[in-house]
Amino acid sequence: MNRLLDGVAAIGRTLLGTCRLTGRIALFGLDGLSNVVRPPVYGRLCLHAFLDIGYYSLPVVALTAVFTGMVLALQSATGLSRFNAESAVANLVVLSITRELGPVLAGLMVAGRAGAAMAAELGTMRVTDQIDALSTLSTNPMKYLVTPRLLGGLLALPLLVLVADILGVLGGFVIATVKLGFNAEVYLSNTLDFVRTDDVVSGLVKAAVFGFLVALMGSFNGYNSRGGAQGVGAATTNAVVSASVLILAFDYVLTELFFAR
Amino acid sequence: MTDTPKIRIRGLRKAFGDKLVLDGIDLDVAPRTSMVVIGGSGTGKSVLLKCVLGLIEPDAGSIEIDGQDVLRMDRRAAEQQRARIGMLFQNGALFDSLPVWENVAFGLLARHKTDRRHARARAEEVLGQVGLAASVGALWPSELSGGMQKRVALARAIAAQPDILFFDEPTTGLDPIMGAVIDNLIVDCVKRLGSTAVAITHDMASARRIGDRAAMIHKGRIVWEGPATELMDCGNAVVDQFTHGRHQGPIQMELRR
Repeated sequence: MNRLLDGVAAIGRTLLGTCRLTGRIALFGLDGLSNVVRPPVYGRLCLHAFLDIGYYSLPVVALTAVFTGMVLALQSATGLSRFNAESAVANLVVLSITRELGPVLAGLMVAGRAGAAMAAELGTMRVTDQIDALSTLSTNPMKYLVTPRLLGGLLALPLLVLVADILGVLGGFVIATVKLGFNAEVYLSNTLDFVRTDDVVSGLVKAAVFGFLVALMGSFNGYNSRGGAQGVGAATTNAVVSASVLILAFDYVLTELFFAR
Repeated sequence: MTDTPKIRIRGLRKAFGDKLVLDGIDLDVAPRTSMVVIGGSGTGKSVLLKCVLGLIEPDAGSIEIDGQDVLRMDRRAAEQQRARIGMLFQNGALFDSLPVWENVAFGLLARHKTDRRHARARAEEVLGQVGLAASVGALWPSELSGGMQKRVALARAIAAQPDILFFDEPTTGLDPIMGAVIDNLIVDCVKRLGSTAVAITHDMASARRIGDRAAMIHKGRIVWEGPATELMDCGNAVVDQFTHGRHQGPIQMELRR
């Protein structure tokens, strides 16, 4: 009986701990975002964060998108040929890329690159007293360090995903026309006729949410890291893992919101 | 010397979980004097400074600066009061992502909205006051030695000409000669600015060089306070054991329990 109660107590503690952590993350995010409308606004830092998350992630996101589009075209051509539906390859590629794979894969790549870097940088600043030093120099660390990163993530990822969408479709187009023998004009016309504005826009909205989540988890874990090098390492791992899981969870929620009939 | 202390701390308590770190600290620091706080590792010296700076919220007590309790002010007023404090962190805490001159001028740019050209000129002037060439301003913190980093951190702390200066272990990690250089710079800066200084240290030579007065924290309380010149021979058993680094004495007895 005691063992059973211990088990229930452990589950309760975990549940309460998760609720507390969720609340802390939510308050941290709100605090960070609320600084957007309160001066001073650090424009240079916002631009720096935007470039760091967006521009410098472009190569890895572009490569991921191109190869994903190529694989998608190959796989769908093989699968659809069983139903004599090869003509749907272009439609399948463009829908998969714009609605799902573009934002999700870009989000995961940015989480691994920029989210980890944010957590490591802020974590190092925390354990070397640099964040405390900011406070003693009349600078709000949340406004100076976190708000630019949240804004950068929110704004950069949609642009990255737009590029990823184009490159992903291009990857599919190259494989379809060069390897699978599709007519280039027909493939392009199938793609452009089939894709709708809301397919692309839904993907961009997802991208904005994922970008915010990556920046939020990177900043939260780094800002609250403790205990020297080991703490910074743990913060970096937590930032990437939690952002990746949240991206997949929110992908489901947003898909349900956009497309469930 | 006036009757009102520059800093008056009364009944300051702070616990982390069930570990009581500060157990009713009472301390006065007179205007334009230097107070050195000594004590063993983990006795709460840094926590005391961080409570005054507003980086840690104490559980109870009062902290008055110029007679005004910063714990009972609204946030903006407390921030303004604390903006008059300059702080030298133990490891320098220089911002890696900024060149040296921007580190030094950070408070001027953030607090006083000085334009960048004037802020750089002021930073180079202050670097000169701590014995560094203006060309050091263009370097990055990672390119500096430990002693130079401490000097840059000192320059950052004094750049905005604060009323109060805090020094957290200013000579830790430095060789004795560089430690003496930093101590002399600290004394010079405090005198030149007419500031009130509080330093925490383990280094007895540093304590005697910097301090006008000294206090010792033990078990979360101030167990002795007096002139820094009496530090090595004050007659308090705890202070004597600590300052002479003896194995035997009340501090060791407590560790054995």
